[in-house]
Amino acid sequence: MYLLSVKNLTVHFHTRNGIVKAVDDVSFDVDHGETLAIVGESGSGKSVALYSLLDLIPRPPGKIESGRALFEGTDLINRKEKELQKIRGNDIAIIFQDPMTSLNPYLTVGEQLMEPIIYHQRKSRKKAKIAAIKMLSEVGIKEPKIKIDSYPHEFSGGMQQRVMIAMALIVKPKLLICDEPTTALDVTTQAQIIKLIQEIQIKYKIAVIFISHDLGVVAGIANNIAVMKEGKIVEKGTTEDIFYRPKNDYTKSLLSSVPSGQKITKSFVNEDILLRVKGLVKYYSSGNKRINWPLYNKNKEQKFIKAVDDVSFEIKRGEILGVVGESGSGKSTLGRSILQLTTLNSGDVYFNNTNLMLLSSSKKTEIRKRMQMVFQDPYSSLNPRMTVFDTLAEPLLYHSISKGNKILDDVYALMDDVGLPRSASKKYPHEFSGGQRQRIAIGRAIATKPDFVVADEPVSALDVTVQAQILELMLSLVEKHNLTMMFISHDLSVVRYIADRIAVMHQGKLVELDETGNIFSSPSNDYTKQLLLATPLADPIKEKERQNIISSKI
Amino acid sequence: MLGSIKHKEDSPLHSSLPSKGGGSLWSDGWARLKRNKLAIVSLVILIFFCITALLTPIIAPYGYEEQDLLLGASPPSLDHWLGTDIFGRDMLTRIMYGSRVSLAVGFIASAVAVFIGVLWGTIAGYSGGKIDSFMMRTVDILYALPFMIFIILLMVIFGRNILLLFLAIGAVEWLTMARIVRGQVLSLKQQDFVEAAISLGLSHWTIIHRHLVPNVLSPVIVYTTLTIPSVMLLEAFLSFLGLGIQPPESSWGLLISYGVETMEEYPWLIIFPGLFLSVTLFSLNFLGDGLRDALDPRASKD
Repeated sequence: MYLLSVKNLTVHFHTRNGIVKAVDDVSFDVDHGETLAIVGESGSGKSVALYSLLDLIPRPPGKIESGRALFEGTDLINRKEKELQKIRGNDIAIIFQDPMTSLNPYLTVGEQLMEPIIYHQRKSRKKAKIAAIKMLSEVGIKEPKIKIDSYPHEFSGGMQQRVMIAMALIVKPKLLICDEPTTALDVTTQAQIIKLIQEIQIKYKIAVIFISHDLGVVAGIANNIAVMKEGKIVEKGTTEDIFYRPKNDYTKSLLSSVPSGQKITKSFVNEDILLRVKGLVKYYSSGNKRINWPLYNKNKEQKFIKAVDDVSFEIKRGEILGVVGESGSGKSTLGRSILQLTTLNSGDVYFNNTNLMLLSSSKKTEIRKRMQMVFQDPYSSLNPRMTVFDTLAEPLLYHSISKGNKILDDVYALMDDVGLPRSASKKYPHEFSGGQRQRIAIGRAIATKPDFVVADEPVSALDVTVQAQILELMLSLVEKHNLTMMFISHDLSVVRYIADRIAVMHQGKLVELDETGNIFSSPSNDYTKQLLLATPLADPIKEKERQNIISSKI
Repeated sequence: MLGSIKHKEDSPLHSSLPSKGGGSLWSDGWARLKRNKLAIVSLVILIFFCITALLTPIIAPYGYEEQDLLLGASPPSLDHWLGTDIFGRDMLTRIMYGSRVSLAVGFIASAVAVFIGVLWGTIAGYSGGKIDSFMMRTVDILYALPFMIFIILLMVIFGRNILLLFLAIGAVEWLTMARIVRGQVLSLKQQDFVEAAISLGLSHWTIIHRHLVPNVLSPVIVYTTLTIPSVMLLEAFLSFLGLGIQPPESSWGLLISYGVETMEEYPWLIIFPGLFLSVTLFSLNFLGDGLRDALDPRASKD
């Protein structure tokens, strides 16, 4: 008998615009101690399918239309709320994507850990506390006796996710549902968390359902994989079958969308340097420095966070420079300070041999035409009250690049360039998908025919198949308009695919800068090596090898 | 993926060429508003009230000073459709004259409040730093002033003047608006599209009026529809204290406050002015809701 056996589950959302079939006739089984990965893009219904089993979807509009979910032989669907509460806490535990929002900021970590023990197992506070401390040390939190009285914000993202795992495991569940548990984390942290989940699974012999959009993450840990698309499971099988012998077209396209391979570095005969950055320094002060009373502030030293710490490099005309680093490494600040979107503490930026730091603000406006930016989140980078036409026409009109009737043709030309249908020009941003919005944002950035574009994580908010299309688009635009680009990303495989040279940033410093091939074949810096090793590979056999290398090094 | 875009109209874009200062937001908004029947009915009612207010001296059945002391307070009749007050003055005439003051106060004072408040709040929020501190501390100081004393002082110094009344009320009401708008702008400023506008090299003024102001419209409209009635009632209050307009001139607020006194004997003296005020306020609310939805592209369900 399977631990969990879901049969013909169908969940509909009854909205004002009609019925949305979020989960459509889905069946899968999970055995004791096994790991099932459910893979799909955003909106494929992978989370809804599992949440609906535990009655965690909003009802209405959600409704389970039909299906059965046998957990140890009893049906979960249409259970009484009281009975479900018991199962939710005791037998099935969930780890959510964003540890920041799934921990209560007003309660200490210990309080939240003890809650299920006191509530579900009806043990005393004293016993609960002992169990909580034991669990914290088990998930790799140092000094658990002290940390148990800390609040969630005192932990880093990775540590918070460890606390979440401790919370899920403290009641010794039989099934652990992980909903994109590492998506909000850095690669090196992600590697640690995945390792932790694997260890714990072996130790406690629990079954794991791992929901993810990232095939690389799944490759190393899953026994079986189910691929979901538009509410349906299009293919399921063992990990090896899915990766090496996919049958379904969608599975194949998912696998082929994972950026693989490496860009062939162009040889730049002309050493035409477009951008030169020298000794760039940007500090953020962390202390309160508003009022500088001599007496009051006597004993307080002003604290600085070094966002960008003495960074120098050059970019040649026509080159794509990839900048990689984890969150907080200063890569975004670097991009923004080059574009003069933030003030600098010291350093010089030469663009076309003009020092931008010495320019007056009116001259800067002139230069801004030549340098543009593409932002990470296409949902906040477009004005929700401007149509595509208005958004694209604005830079053209403002800089008097086109006038009168020509504006229409120019906007259409831009839309053709970025692969948007002309008929969409009167639509507003919210009517588009994430990928299309990013196309609009790219169109706006190239509207003024700039020489230099900073792309700040332009594909990290997108699904993997869309990501591939946007990367292709950017490469073709770089070619067509002879753009020079600084491509900021945390994803090494994306950067490897698109960049000619790669700069690795760590804690504000530029630790390594080399041609893409050299970075991957012979990294010289220790941090670069660590970063390369932490990146999961979308290939089960190679991924197992990688994991072995990591564990042999430890 | 691209094929999935549904589009209704493929017509050429010439009609949507951006006019100076605006964009197709306004024309799209108008098109959407036209589909909202309740809002359009409200708009028609408000326009009708405004026109009758303007034409009152011509179309009013009686003069506003005309008394008929022998008749006294009489219920609605053929001669006096809405009855007369205790001095025998025709209520319809008084309500029509009253609408001139009430509507003018409501719209002009609110317009002053909205204009100053939105501009002040946007500039403060967008500039940040010392300018923001200075502008918002000014608002705080004005908040702290007891506004009755402020208005009484104005009246004493400049004499009783209806235009001054408008300005005085407007000068008090913009403070809250400025705070609301500043808060919105502070959060909007964090959004990437403002940074994108800066990196496009747009001027501060362009960013403010194209990117910031249209996005604060929703709270502004809601707050304006709340401001107009409160301004009308404020006028009644000031008039009641003898600082606003005085009989035989009238305003809705004034008529209602006098009507309250004789409510039990002559109910029509409060019912009719109250009715007109309520209809106006209802219309304003419906129109405000309609405008808010119409100007927010995301709210449309087509």
